[in-house]
Amino acid sequence: MGEPATDPVLEMTGIRKVFPGVVALDGVDFRLYPGEVHALMGENGAGKSTLIKVLTGVYEIDGGDIRLGGEQVRIAGPLAAQKAGISTVYQEVNLCTNLTVAENIFIGREPRAFGKIRWGVMRKRAAELLKRLDLDLDVSAPLSTYSLAIQQMVAIARAVDISARVLILDEPTSSLDASEVEQLFRVMRRLKDDGVAILFVSHFLDQIYEISDRLTVLRNGQLIGEYRTAELPQVQLVEKMIGKELATLESLEDKAQRSRTRSATAAPILQAKGIGRTGAIAPFDLTIHEGEVVGLAGLLGSGRTELARLLFGADKADQGELSIDGKPVTLRDPQMAMKRGIAFSSENRRTEGIIGDLSVRENIILALQAARGWTRPIPRRKQDEIVDKYVKALSIRPADPERPVRNLSGGNQQKVLLARWLITEPRLLIIDEPTRGIDVGAKAEIQKLVAELSDGGMAVLFVSAELEEVLRLSHKIAVLRDRRLVEELDNTAGVDADRIMQTIASGATS
Amino acid sequence: MTIVKNRLFWPVAILVALLIVNLFTSNQFITLQDGHLFGALIDILRGSAPLILVALGMTLVISTGGIDLSVGSVMAISGAVACLLIKDLGDQNATGSVLLIMGVAIAVSAALGLWNGSLVAVVGIQPIIATLILMVAGRGLAQLVTDGQIINVQSSPYATVATGFFLTLPVAFLIAMAAVALILVLTRRTALGLLLESVGGSPSASRLAGIRAKRITVMVYVVSGAFAGLAGLIYSANIKSADSIAAGNLIELDAILAVVIGGTALIGGRFSIAGTVVGAILIQTLQVTVVSIGVPSKATLLFKAVVVVVLCLSQSATFREKVFGRFKLRSEVPA
Repeated sequence: MGEPATDPVLEMTGIRKVFPGVVALDGVDFRLYPGEVHALMGENGAGKSTLIKVLTGVYEIDGGDIRLGGEQVRIAGPLAAQKAGISTVYQEVNLCTNLTVAENIFIGREPRAFGKIRWGVMRKRAAELLKRLDLDLDVSAPLSTYSLAIQQMVAIARAVDISARVLILDEPTSSLDASEVEQLFRVMRRLKDDGVAILFVSHFLDQIYEISDRLTVLRNGQLIGEYRTAELPQVQLVEKMIGKELATLESLEDKAQRSRTRSATAAPILQAKGIGRTGAIAPFDLTIHEGEVVGLAGLLGSGRTELARLLFGADKADQGELSIDGKPVTLRDPQMAMKRGIAFSSENRRTEGIIGDLSVRENIILALQAARGWTRPIPRRKQDEIVDKYVKALSIRPADPERPVRNLSGGNQQKVLLARWLITEPRLLIIDEPTRGIDVGAKAEIQKLVAELSDGGMAVLFVSAELEEVLRLSHKIAVLRDRRLVEELDNTAGVDADRIMQTIASGATS
Repeated sequence: MTIVKNRLFWPVAILVALLIVNLFTSNQFITLQDGHLFGALIDILRGSAPLILVALGMTLVISTGGIDLSVGSVMAISGAVACLLIKDLGDQNATGSVLLIMGVAIAVSAALGLWNGSLVAVVGIQPIIATLILMVAGRGLAQLVTDGQIINVQSSPYATVATGFFLTLPVAFLIAMAAVALILVLTRRTALGLLLESVGGSPSASRLAGIRAKRITVMVYVVSGAFAGLAGLIYSANIKSADSIAAGNLIELDAILAVVIGGTALIGGRFSIAGTVVGAILIQTLQVTVVSIGVPSKATLLFKAVVVVVLCLSQSATFREKVFGRFKLRSEVPA
């Protein structure tokens, strides 16, 4: 566990944070040196978010001490954290997209003269700041005109301009595509060279290995260790994070390999012919059979989600024909799709998935209840039975069905959503980005579940930005590009990530 | 400690305190007279009936993230329709006809609720604007119905609704309690409560979970309209006339206040029927207390405001933390 020659800019020792019924952090040490990218690793519920919230002053600690530049500090609130030189950029960009880039950078601290904002100076300084990060933007354009990746970099620019000692990046890459991630990493390297200490959280192991110098692993609120990234092989890292052998992951791999050859006699469940929606997705044909996993691959904005939504009636198709079990239907709303055995879990977990105020139990039974109608409530005992079963089967943590789902981590919320749909016993399960922003352990569990469901005869339409995942699980892969289904190929031996990348890149239909 | 933390602790505590004040200031708090209960407490229960009814409907509307400003106007219309029809009866004391007329008035009110609900759920107008339309237009409508006059009726079955007693208790209060029971059964014995809270918590997520959110939204406005109509009948039966101007004037604000005191958040989601009932009775008690302790009439509104401010502060987590938080022991810190 080598460490840089300088003194740490941030040193946390014996940090303890207790919530009612849960010890979120139990004597955790954490050190951050200037000019390093330090990855904070751990599963959902390991304590990463809590540690970050302690650092940013959202939570007060119950024990331990925090030293910044050698001096003991008490971070009483987000403003205090900012004053102490700690800035944070979250997964969801906390900026006002209706304001201009320059306004966003200087909001709350606009350069003024006699109470009047000096717009010219503000724009000039914003442009200079962005140039330092190698970004060439029109600072007087509204932030909404730029992609999420750029918005995130604007957030970073703002953060480092306010205080540049410690920068916390909490899953900044989870909704970026590969080239955007590269752009972000360039900015991070530049900041690192300037001596900024960067705390980086990401669920993508490849990214961790590409960008981070050292890493700290947490598990169940406890410190597992601090390592140099280069000296810790990936497999060992994952083992340290999940605290068990990688058997689960590997057995999954075998399983998927085995089941790739779908039975040729399976009946088609859903057939789409020329289904499309103007401005969302060009007309496409797609057939999904019983027990088949169809992967949708493509870049962000390629029309993956739009396609999936049409098949569930979440959006209405304005052309083409859809038939389910050979019978033509027009899906006008989600309930019509549900009645025909289709389930859909949206990629927007927080806005289109969970109902934050409701309990885990209520969230799980919601779709089943909606299908039964309000006059036929599910008896409470039956609810508890179902919920208990799925909380166990999907190992939803904490295993308290009455806790508001808002308080669960992302991975566990995702499992709640899966449970919600599984109890409706769908024949076609459409899942949009079920593994985004969740940790390896939960990811493996969800992938395993998909494989098992398909073995049991359920058809799955699996939408994911991660090609590896799509390749591992799918029998058939539909590739999208520019809101068009460009190719449909069986996932046979010759098909790999490169092959799909090519299609995505060239749009060629072979 | 857990009792104090219950969100209804402070409203109930203040309610009890106000009732105790009334116990000392009123001539008779509660006695048996003429075969029924009588006194300040009974007056409070009787007087709170319209507000309880309106606040019940409001609770459901607010739980879906909406608001219904038109309840006062609906009360006026309902009373106007009922009085107009009763006045034209050959025998104003014919119970059957009066009941039928009341049914008609409630149906008209429900239809007005349907109008509100359609504007909100189908047309997509913001609830505050959609119901503002009827709030303003409704009083005009009521005045059209009554031709700008105050219509007086002499119908004893009608008057019974407001001033009668059954099993020693005021009929009006019993009607309100029946409505509470109905709503409790509807929301907690069926899945309606869950679906309402889900729609209020996140309309888009609810839709994708297969909930027909629009129907539910329309339904709560219909219920709110019908209950406001019922409240309007009690109000007009009490004064034996239809007063299109005064009926239900500003009751929407008291109703919203009752809902909030009861612990239902204005942003929608979780709601508490029991809380709303406590809130409504509390507001009515406050109104009675103001008179009974002899606060000058010029100062009654101010007095009411002060009590409401205290109540809201007592429910604010931030305020409680600031005032009481410093006395709390810090949790153990292991070395």
